[in-house]
Amino acid sequence: MTRYLLRRFASTVVLLLVMVAFVYVIFYALPANPAVLVCGKGCGGGQLAAIDHKLGLDQPEYVQFWHFLEGIFVGRDYSSGPDVSHCAAPCLGFSFQNDQPVLSLIGQRLPVSLSLTTGAMVLWLVIGVSAGVLSALRVGRFTDRAVTAVSVLAFGAPIFVSGMLLLMLFCGYLHWLDFPVYVPLTDDPAAWAKNLLLPWFTLAIAQAAVYARLTRTGMLETLSEDHILTFRAYGLRERRIVGRHAMRGTLTPIITLSAYDFGYILVGAMLTETLFGLPGLGQLIVQSSNNVDLPVVAGLTLVAGAAIVVANTAADLLYAVVDRRVVLT
Amino acid sequence: MSDAAVLSVRDLTVEFPGDDGSSLRAVDAVSFDLAAGGALGIVGESGSGKSTTALALLGLHRRSSARVSGQILLGDDDVNALDDEAVRRLRGHRIAMIFQDPLSALDPYYRIGDQISEVYRTHSGASRRAAWARAVEVLDRVGIPDAARRARARPHEFSGGMRQRALIAMALACEPEILVADEPTSALDVTVQAQILDLIDDLRADTGMALLLVTHDLGVVSRSVERVLVMQNGRAVEQGPVGGVLRAPAEPYTRALLAAVPRLDGPAPSRRTPSGEPLLTVTGLTREFRRPGGGLRRDVLRAVDDVSLDVRRGETLGVVGESGSGKTTLARMIVRLLTPTSGSIVFAGQDITDRPERELRPLRRDLQMVFQDPVSSLNPRRTVGDSIADPLRVQGTDDRAALRTARELMERVGLDASRHDRYPHEFSGGQRQRMGIARALSLRPRLLVCDEPVSALDVSTQAQILELLEDLQEEYELTIVFVSHDLAVVRQVSDRVAVMHDGGLVELADAEELYASPRHDYTRTLLAAVPALA
Repeated sequence: MTRYLLRRFASTVVLLLVMVAFVYVIFYALPANPAVLVCGKGCGGGQLAAIDHKLGLDQPEYVQFWHFLEGIFVGRDYSSGPDVSHCAAPCLGFSFQNDQPVLSLIGQRLPVSLSLTTGAMVLWLVIGVSAGVLSALRVGRFTDRAVTAVSVLAFGAPIFVSGMLLLMLFCGYLHWLDFPVYVPLTDDPAAWAKNLLLPWFTLAIAQAAVYARLTRTGMLETLSEDHILTFRAYGLRERRIVGRHAMRGTLTPIITLSAYDFGYILVGAMLTETLFGLPGLGQLIVQSSNNVDLPVVAGLTLVAGAAIVVANTAADLLYAVVDRRVVLT
Repeated sequence: MSDAAVLSVRDLTVEFPGDDGSSLRAVDAVSFDLAAGGALGIVGESGSGKSTTALALLGLHRRSSARVSGQILLGDDDVNALDDEAVRRLRGHRIAMIFQDPLSALDPYYRIGDQISEVYRTHSGASRRAAWARAVEVLDRVGIPDAARRARARPHEFSGGMRQRALIAMALACEPEILVADEPTSALDVTVQAQILDLIDDLRADTGMALLLVTHDLGVVSRSVERVLVMQNGRAVEQGPVGGVLRAPAEPYTRALLAAVPRLDGPAPSRRTPSGEPLLTVTGLTREFRRPGGGLRRDVLRAVDDVSLDVRRGETLGVVGESGSGKTTLARMIVRLLTPTSGSIVFAGQDITDRPERELRPLRRDLQMVFQDPVSSLNPRRTVGDSIADPLRVQGTDDRAALRTARELMERVGLDASRHDRYPHEFSGGQRQRMGIARALSLRPRLLVCDEPVSALDVSTQAQILELLEDLQEEYELTIVFVSHDLAVVRQVSDRVAVMHDGGLVELADAEELYASPRHDYTRTLLAAVPALA
């Protein structure tokens, strides 16, 4: 187990380095000049050179990359004459467009993304798994067909369509909800939940469709296994056979997938966050890419990569806990 | 229903409706009685309806589309007429069942003790603590050592024999009147089988429960039950006391079935004793595998350990052993599908021990293999003709000639050559094994290594395949290495027999001599474990 974690950690570090290097290469290949974007159109050659110097853009690319890595482990200073900003380790860089260290930018937005993802995951698990189980137990009958039809529709609808429809229906037409504005959980839990309701459902609908299909398949497979016949032959109640024995086999892959999806959506819910104006990580990625804010994009890439790798490792660990036959090496 | 019968089945019929409105009658008007404390064996080949019958006794067809008619009288209750809830309460409580594959028959996620307690609690309403105590008690009763601790294990931590014991313990938990055992030992090694059958005998004597034993193995029936029912195509062909039926069968089908069973006793099959020079010589052959999860430590499993033997030109060398004895690994090394860790293989005067694949290719003509599972060893997406012709194509024969040879070979092994453009799933198990043999013969090999070639087949099909191999051996001047766990089959086909145990060669002798006077203790144990027929 320890060996497994160590190996996993080592491979993660290498993977993240490669990813960040890749992001750097892409950005140097871009025709846009970050100094112009920081300064605005009115800047002259002297000012541009000064900004270039402060950002470190006048140095060779590999030196910039090295400084970036250095910042992560020991911190770094951004200076131009008297104007010095210190960025303590772990420093993911400094966004001059926002005049903030990247890490604090990410820190501000992480709670938003966490709120969105956690709530949506609870919803999609509850809806998806129960619909899937129902579908499997009524296989071939009306309920099964209905669930299948709805999930194909839900899975097929893009988030900007389903989200927009929900917005129009509940905010524009029925007036049951105000247009969502993010309220931190610590300020007002009720308002937090109320405002996140639509984003949660928007994300959960598409995900629930996938989970319903997965649960249905898994359930049908588990129900046809020999040990289910054993328990029937020993007179266990059907509810218990399904609820305890078939569920266990069905849920194993679902738990694994959830951990993975959680990591992925935490940093990748760009459409939902943009649509509902939620200041989360996904929105930050979109904004900083548009602004060619390289430090932010590089920092986010690192965080996103780390989140997905951590989620995957968590999935593997969970798998080993749920299924004792799995040995991690 | 007769007085002493604990179970009385009358005109049991099970039909499965097909898609086109027709229906398949898997069990057709079968009637039998099981005396209290008695033991009845149901024997038959695959598709005879014996397992379908067993499942019907517990009402286990209720959730399928099967139509069950007739009476299944368990005491005064007709299982077929009771409502679902009443049948559920009977299951495990008055009539319990154990299955062929004890690994898949237990839930992999839960502790064995929990699974047994769960069954016990369902029927007795006992407390958690009492149920756990009962689980430990029955596990102890079926001979699980250190039962209190082992009850906490999950099924994958048990060996095959222990799993079957655990399943028997589950059956025992509620002290049922009847134990239905569906091929309970078919997945087990012969020595483990003997232990499990002894255990069942012992429990019967102890608890007075009646046994209904479903099996394809006439030896097991002869050893374990008092009465036997022979089934064929869903019908009861013959039934009576086991001694009578097996010694003096009244029906032609029973006689044919008995004749097909290879035996350990009786006259030895007449075989020439080839004294030819060796075609293949292996010396000090060893193969190690790294154990999974071993990590950096060199934790290796020595699957074959220092085996030396030769195979003489024109003979059949039988290789017997239980699972894990290394016989398959040895077979694969001989045809160089596996490279030995150490030792040498000399084939027809050439050392092929670690010759690279490219240089080995011309020799592949001479070394061919027939595999156990005729389903998975044929590509399901290639026609039979193509599969048989493939080795020829690989060796450079042009397409038309290869296909022509394939058709000739199909005729030779008893297949209809006009079906060369069909796919494997359209054929029966026996026919598929014929294809496997035809494919192996396509290059006219000198050495044919057969790894459990008949283990997946019914006895009558098995007899046909064995006969085919014998004919082909003469016609193609084949030297055969015949690997099997079945001592009786090996006796029937082999000139000499090698016994393997834990990767090592225990004994190698002329077949007749080995079976008549085994020298090694392990060989004696193995032979003693085989249930004798009548």
